[in-house]
Amino acid sequence: MDLIRFYISKLLNIIKNEVLVLPSRVVVFLFFLFLLVLPLLTEDPYLLRILILSSIFAIFAASWDLLSGFTGQMSFGHALFFGVGAYTAALLNTHLHIPPWGSIPFGALAAVLTGLIIGIPCLRLKGTYLALTTLAFPIILLGIVFAIPEVTGGELGISGLKRLARSHVANYYITVVVMLGLCTIMWKITDSNTGIIFHAIREDEVAVRAAGINTTFYKLMAFCLSGFFAGIAGGLYAHFMRLAGPSNLEVYMSFQVVIWSIFGGVVTIWGPVGAVFILFPLLEFFRLWPEVRILLFAVIVLLILLYMPQGLLPWLRDKIESECPRCKIRNVTTRKTCRVCAAEMH
Amino acid sequence: MILDIIISSLINGSVYAILAIGFSLIFGVARIINIAHTAFYMLASYCIYYGTHRLGLHPVLCMLLAVILVTIIGLISYKLFIDPIREHEAAMLIGTIALALVFQEIMLIIFSGDFRGVPSLVEGFLVIFGVKVSYQQLLTFGVALSVLAAVWVLLLKTRLGLAIRSTANDREVANLMGIDESRVAMITMGVSVGLAAFSGAVIVPLAIVNPFMWMHPLIMMMAAVTLGGLGSIRGSFVGAYILGFAEAMVVFLIPAGAYLKGSVALSIMILVLLIRPEGLFGIAFEEER
Repeated sequence: MDLIRFYISKLLNIIKNEVLVLPSRVVVFLFFLFLLVLPLLTEDPYLLRILILSSIFAIFAASWDLLSGFTGQMSFGHALFFGVGAYTAALLNTHLHIPPWGSIPFGALAAVLTGLIIGIPCLRLKGTYLALTTLAFPIILLGIVFAIPEVTGGELGISGLKRLARSHVANYYITVVVMLGLCTIMWKITDSNTGIIFHAIREDEVAVRAAGINTTFYKLMAFCLSGFFAGIAGGLYAHFMRLAGPSNLEVYMSFQVVIWSIFGGVVTIWGPVGAVFILFPLLEFFRLWPEVRILLFAVIVLLILLYMPQGLLPWLRDKIESECPRCKIRNVTTRKTCRVCAAEMH
Repeated sequence: MILDIIISSLINGSVYAILAIGFSLIFGVARIINIAHTAFYMLASYCIYYGTHRLGLHPVLCMLLAVILVTIIGLISYKLFIDPIREHEAAMLIGTIALALVFQEIMLIIFSGDFRGVPSLVEGFLVIFGVKVSYQQLLTFGVALSVLAAVWVLLLKTRLGLAIRSTANDREVANLMGIDESRVAMITMGVSVGLAAFSGAVIVPLAIVNPFMWMHPLIMMMAAVTLGGLGSIRGSFVGAYILGFAEAMVVFLIPAGAYLKGSVALSIMILVLLIRPEGLFGIAFEEER
């Protein structure tokens, strides 16, 4: 009993001293809480559906950020991993009747293998070359998908997959919990030793190699990790929509994830997640005027870029928080002195 | 069969070459990856469609007007949207994607998504070794070649060309030598968009006009540029013809080839890059910072 009380008081302490002191952390906390509590308040299937799709694409966008934002391996063909995950899950589910909890991980595994395969040629390329080469891969696969319609269903794709779960609410909880879990894992990865090496590879690869670190290994690892998460997103999407089609591999899909991530702010993980949860429902909202939907979307993205090129969410964060000049710990802008070292803030 | 392949590859190759050279120019001079490049090609096609069908103007006049109009649109959008964010590589990338989407959607609203066509300038055909070659195809090929020649002269024989080449070579030193770098970038953007518009103008009688027609050329153009080596004009030229040829071969020789044409062309690009990561004619910069 005492032990439980100790842990509860420790948790409360953490919330009070670590979470409530910074508005950005409060926002993240409320975001978690909101997503987990929402089905208790409303069971509107349309709203749940939007949030489910947002969660799936949030995983996808965050995985792009892990590869392209953190490691700096600009990928223009991220739809490849998504599509491979979706198609593998669909094939396993329809032909071998493997239930979703088995087919999605296998789909992710296939995406990891794809990451390895495309990672090897891409290791020799840099920057713009890499971006343009990765763009090619999903299109190659798309051509193959169209060329063998007996296996892949061609234009129509593979339909009739099993549902994730019977009810909407169960579907919702599966995707949202998976999303929150995976995004936290990705955020933790970027915070770990490996993540710091990823960072360093983006900033100066030669220097990292000079420091005796095998950059080839870490770059391949970034491809595989990113492929894994994107593959899970693809598998979830296939099982939720009960369809794996060519639209999963299209160029627009690859571009969309780039738009989301850069809009939300790269090299953050939380940026792309937030961006998807802003932009995706917004896009649904524009469905009221279907003809101008994508136009408005593109215009908003253009305008945001003109005024805050580093992304929306980091810009907002810099408005409400500032870094202590001495100890580099973040504080609310309203504070006169740093909350840790009590140095003058300005 | 062989002649079919050659004709189709020469025409497609020429169009890709014009597109790729424009893309390569602006990348070399200003380090802008202009995803919206082929959207200008689509805009030009629609301008010509509108001119010939709705206004009843003469096709040649329409083509000239389309090139001028699209170049102006390109310069305006460059000033408004691309120039302010040029220093942020990632932002510029999605800026140009968004720009392309904006053009696509505007065209979709004005003209709807229907497939449209423009009549050829000249009727009739020629029979060479038993293969029908329409005059329009010959004309397209001829015009494309003369445009390429004009670009060649512009780049190698004029003072402007010298400025463009030196800025592409080293932006900072060019600036130190008294070249107004942002003005050169602006002019290059104009030339580049103009080339895109021109390629739209020459291909439009042979192509189907719809708002999504920019996607496939975009991919082939990027592949050609990467294959040839980024920023290298000669590389883009050769790369475009190689890909055009590969595409035509696949379409004519392999069953279900129309689906696989992009795949094979892109696979060739990847294979070449495996052996020469800087492309066929690219120069490997030692850590371009």
